[in-house]
Amino acid sequence: MIAEIGLAALWMAAALALLQLVAGFAATTGRAPAFADLVKPAAVAQGGLCCFAFGALIYLFAVTDLSVLLVANNSHIDKPLIFKLAGTWGNHEGSMLLWVTVLTLSGAAIALVEKRLDPQTLSATLMVQAMLSLGFFAFLLFASNPFERLLPAPPSGAGLNPLLQDVGLAFHPPTLYIGYVGLSVAFSFAVGALLTGKVGPAFARAMRPWVLLAWIFLTAGITAGSYWAYYELGWGGWWFWDPVENASLMPWLAATALLHSVSVLATRDALRAWTVMLALVAFAMSMAGTFLVRSGILTSVHAFAVDPERGAFILALLLIYIGGAFLLFALRIGTVSQGKMFQIWSREGAIIGNNILLSTILGVVLIGTLYPILAEAMGDKISVGPPYFNKATVPIALLLMLLLIFGPMLRWRKDSGSRISRRLIAPAVAALCGMGFAAWVKPDVGVIIILSMGLAAGLAVGSFLPLLGRRLWRTPLTVWGMVIAHFGLAVAIAGMASESGYSSETLAVMKPGDAQKNVAGWTVTLKDVAPVVGENWVALEGQMVAERGGQRFDIKPQTRYFFSPVMQTTEAALLTRWDGQLYVVISPLNSESGSIASSGAASGNPQSWQLRLWWKPLVTLIWLGGIITALGGIIALLGRMLRGVSFRSDRTDSGRYSA
Amino acid sequence: MSRWKLWVPLALFAFIAGLSLYGLVAPKDEFVRSQLIGQKLPEFELPPATGGIAGLSSLDFADGKPRLLNFFGSWCAPCKLEAPHLETLSKAGVEIYGIALRDQPDDVADFLRQYGNPFARIGSDRDMRIQVLLGSSGVPESYVIAGDGTIIYQHIGDIRAEHIPILLEKLAAAR
Repeated sequence: MIAEIGLAALWMAAALALLQLVAGFAATTGRAPAFADLVKPAAVAQGGLCCFAFGALIYLFAVTDLSVLLVANNSHIDKPLIFKLAGTWGNHEGSMLLWVTVLTLSGAAIALVEKRLDPQTLSATLMVQAMLSLGFFAFLLFASNPFERLLPAPPSGAGLNPLLQDVGLAFHPPTLYIGYVGLSVAFSFAVGALLTGKVGPAFARAMRPWVLLAWIFLTAGITAGSYWAYYELGWGGWWFWDPVENASLMPWLAATALLHSVSVLATRDALRAWTVMLALVAFAMSMAGTFLVRSGILTSVHAFAVDPERGAFILALLLIYIGGAFLLFALRIGTVSQGKMFQIWSREGAIIGNNILLSTILGVVLIGTLYPILAEAMGDKISVGPPYFNKATVPIALLLMLLLIFGPMLRWRKDSGSRISRRLIAPAVAALCGMGFAAWVKPDVGVIIILSMGLAAGLAVGSFLPLLGRRLWRTPLTVWGMVIAHFGLAVAIAGMASESGYSSETLAVMKPGDAQKNVAGWTVTLKDVAPVVGENWVALEGQMVAERGGQRFDIKPQTRYFFSPVMQTTEAALLTRWDGQLYVVISPLNSESGSIASSGAASGNPQSWQLRLWWKPLVTLIWLGGIITALGGIIALLGRMLRGVSFRSDRTDSGRYSA
Repeated sequence: MSRWKLWVPLALFAFIAGLSLYGLVAPKDEFVRSQLIGQKLPEFELPPATGGIAGLSSLDFADGKPRLLNFFGSWCAPCKLEAPHLETLSKAGVEIYGIALRDQPDDVADFLRQYGNPFARIGSDRDMRIQVLLGSSGVPESYVIAGDGTIIYQHIGDIRAEHIPILLEKLAAAR
């Protein structure tokens, strides 16, 4: 019964989306004003109904109602409750319902709180929002109904991919979805403003918190996803330039560029057309991300839900929305008058530099991601891997960091290099120290790593310079947010450079006993291998001891065997110290016969085990930096919300920004 | 900004969308084809995979007679399904050389006892070096080798009844 009510709520919400579309059109064009008042209530009610439907699905997963096809396919009665709940969105249908729920909730939020934008543009925005949600409702109801019944109900259910049975999963997709949907709101605002021709500071201020929100969640989502891949997949890396990873990175790059250009538009009324373009591109990238994950068009290590038909549906939506928006852009942007001018040596100039560099990285990643399809179309078969991406993006990213050290100190409109040059002494010294240290630790580490370490050190110091000469307690939260976000980036880059340049790896075959192996000052001993039992898995666990400088730590890497569905995973053991992480993976040497029954541990016959040991100095800085960066975004967003961003407060802020 | 520049984003988007559409509808070939078709076999020499049968070297192919080279493993389930069809080919007069991958002599002997032995020679490729040399990516996999040692044809996956005529034709053409 719950499933049917949930489905009914979805249909009603879809009908309301249609109403919102029609009413929004009436309000935008000024025809049938009686209709116009319906836009906001329709948006709010839609959000409520979707919430209800999503709640119903969560309930079905919580009680494991196996007469629902989705539950039967993706859950299991023996699964821990937290993973039953996470299973709600750990599959295609559920995650699309989550997407639609977040989309309609943000539509409701715009209808309720947005007061600054002129009514016509707001109506146009909500009309576009209705168009978006209508498309996704169609997708949900016709191509991926989450409430479909399965009769007769099976006794136990198929289970969730063990790799996904992880607390990280409970947060990773929802986080990214909120990010993607936030960009869809920015898209709606941009298209709304294109329709009415009112591309100006008011529009930018209405859009900015949504971009910021999206950016925070994308930053957090990418950070969490990277850490999940790092500790769960057991190959010791944190970024592989996999198509799906790129699919999450590209919207982030576009959102980062948009976040900066929208600030220029909000405070200086410049970069009008460019900001609108970026808003379209950012949403295009997030839809392309969904498309890549769902369609299986590219071979990826984590395409968990591949279905070409659904891929075609999303591609059709993408064509309509993005194609339509670009067409509108070409037709309408000519009617938007040019914004204010500025000199290149100014804050605006620096942000343009930021935008150009970010767009270049975006282009490089996009080309690399799509190139295999292009090559296949021309009859060749290739995959584009880390060597291309690293070579092509890292130098641009380093330039970007250089710009980041001095850009935030420039004044709006017009400035001179000599004014800030004395302040740059501190970051320059820090950068030189960083480079010297990087080269001293390992002289043959390579120019890129040395430069990265130096720039990270320079940026770590330089990011605080905008606070110079300010009374700290009176500094607006938005400035603090910027400072902290930039500092977080420096921390993350230091972690990436350190991990790439200074990691040590050892591969060893060991028999339980007193066999020892050394890696980067650590001595690792495999004492024994013993079976352990978990809630829905059994595992062989290495009882190991790691020693360094008289300190001893127990570490316990596992090879886990899940029985629903049958699958084998490795659980890396991570030993975190202040200066890095020891990363240990264990697997039975002869994997064909390495089941629990025939293992040496059970029969008493010592079998050989394959161990991979890594020492990764400062690797945790990567995710710490990501968290700090997201935190900076949160502080900035808080600052925007607390000050109730009126036109005047923004003006005074911009005046003091770089004083 | 001149008028035509405004259309650049749309054109780029159309191109990418077209590409994606192609990627979506184009038949997907998941197989990784060997780059060595039409070239000579790389040189190798493998010890016998088990007792009572000769090992295999690249020179064994260069006596003017076309042959089938089959990669298998006693641990590989599709190889068991493939065995009767190799038997059929063998009865039809095809000389089959085998390469056992990551295998133990006892396991190979068991495999041959249970599923029959269509092989004239079997080399043991313990660390899959020869498999990689030939650009093969999985097991089972078979190659038609011409009498002068040229690789003519690659068959990916297990050989089924419907593949036998194709293989016989390729072998005849390799003469």
